[in-house]
Amino acid sequence: MEAIKFEHVSFAYEHGFVAVDDISFNIQSGEKVAIIGQNGAGKTTTVKMMNGLLRPKSGEITVFGDDASKKTTATLSKKVGYVFQNPGDQIFNQTVYNEIAYSLKYLKMDKTEVERRVNSAAAMCYLSDELQTNPYDLPFSIRKFVTIASVVAMNVDVVILDEPTAGQDLLGLLHQKEIIEQLHQMGKTVVTISHDMEFVIDNFDRIIVMADKKIVGDANKREIFWDFELLDKAALKQPVVSQLAKRLELKRNIINIVDFVSEYEK
Amino acid sequence: MAVLELKDVTFKYQLAKETILENISFSIEKGEFVALVGRNGVGKTTLCSIMRGLIPTFHTGTMSGQVLLNGLDIGEMSIGDLALHIGFVFQNPFVQVSGVKQTVFEEVAYGLENLGVKRSEIIRRVEEMLHQLNIEHLRSKHPMQLSGGQSQRVALASVLVMDPEILIIDEPTSQLDPQGTEEVFETIRLLKERKKTIILVEHKVDWVAEYADRVIVIDDKHIVKDASASEVFSDPMILETGNNLPQVALLALRLLELGKVDFNKIPTTLDEAVEQLKGRADNGGN
Repeated sequence: MEAIKFEHVSFAYEHGFVAVDDISFNIQSGEKVAIIGQNGAGKTTTVKMMNGLLRPKSGEITVFGDDASKKTTATLSKKVGYVFQNPGDQIFNQTVYNEIAYSLKYLKMDKTEVERRVNSAAAMCYLSDELQTNPYDLPFSIRKFVTIASVVAMNVDVVILDEPTAGQDLLGLLHQKEIIEQLHQMGKTVVTISHDMEFVIDNFDRIIVMADKKIVGDANKREIFWDFELLDKAALKQPVVSQLAKRLELKRNIINIVDFVSEYEK
Repeated sequence: MAVLELKDVTFKYQLAKETILENISFSIEKGEFVALVGRNGVGKTTLCSIMRGLIPTFHTGTMSGQVLLNGLDIGEMSIGDLALHIGFVFQNPFVQVSGVKQTVFEEVAYGLENLGVKRSEIIRRVEEMLHQLNIEHLRSKHPMQLSGGQSQRVALASVLVMDPEILIIDEPTSQLDPQGTEEVFETIRLLKERKKTIILVEHKVDWVAEYADRVIVIDDKHIVKDASASEVFSDPMILETGNNLPQVALLALRLLELGKVDFNKIPTTLDEAVEQLKGRADNGGN
């Protein structure tokens, strides 16, 4: 089933600035997709339209078969959860527990169910020991996990992560890999925006490339990172291991260490 | 003489149970580009605050040891004097923005205005900085209405324009795309050519390996390694300190482990990797 469908979607801010220009794509339920591209390419605007945080100026968006324009943002958010790029835009409660529980309580969910969901989301996001901590006493990198847990607790079908890798260290990236993998195992659709190409390659197969308000590429990572015309258009670079393979004139389509080593084994 | 020197610095935040940093000593020469790496929460930003003199006066706690700027104890200097020598770029650009200026141009000019620099001089320096960081198109935008990446560049410009002799830069590229990241590192290279001293906190080790002279690794309150970027990033021990190694080093270590290739030295930059692997692909595996 199609989770998200965009048909000729455009978006313009009130003062007329066009941020997204005529994009079309489908994301199947249970799929993992990474969106990459330069700052200002329209990535965040695109994903914010998936749950009605922003509404398109023209075109049609379908969420699990329903016309999104006929649904409120509140209704769409029960299916599609967006984790903000800047945790400060999302967090406002005094403890990690209350932050994760907020939307659940707002929906008047049963108390034991709230507790169950908060605890399981916290465990998944490595926050079990921080439930009574004020989110703003946590480092920025850990605060990001609080925002992810809030969305996970909502048990949405589609989880959108907007630059989750910013400011993360090695362990943080590993934890995010595990969260994405778990969501995938649970049958969730995961859409991630990231500038970290190694992270993208490590966690996703399908990649959508945006440049200058449009989708300029939508393919498997092995094609994307060896399509020089595309990379040039989107001001992206090959990952370092691909750059090395290219300079050594090895086979095309090497995108990570595993590929490189197996090519070397021949 | 060292521009900046830390002598046996130990610090504990006021309300914390334990010290965050212990026996930190190093000295940095004029014109050096030093990267600080370590896992999140290890005290890198705390160390930045110590070097800026904000600890122990502004962020209170118990500190022992000494910080010397050009041989003088910074404990005896005012924060205002220190700020003329040491520029600091915040980790979160949204926190750095002054909030009192209506345009990016004015935001970048703010520091110079406060120093009473001549108007024509301010305009010249701001223009130069907007050009250098590729943000001329943002000049009339409101500083609070920028994307993460744009904001990070404006934050960097606002400090560089002050032309301090030492720059402490805390994760300047976390929200930037690959091209923006490269531009920031190229800007830092330019600053290095102008003999500025640069201290950078950064997780993107592939970039650090390409550009930095020296890397200080902090783990569990202490400096665990302080050496050239090339030496630090060819040491697999670094992985145990919560830091990644450059992709080319990880690849080389893997090839070594599998007995595919011998390396004179584990490469840490792309050029080194190309040089060491060139012409060996044919007999790899023999």
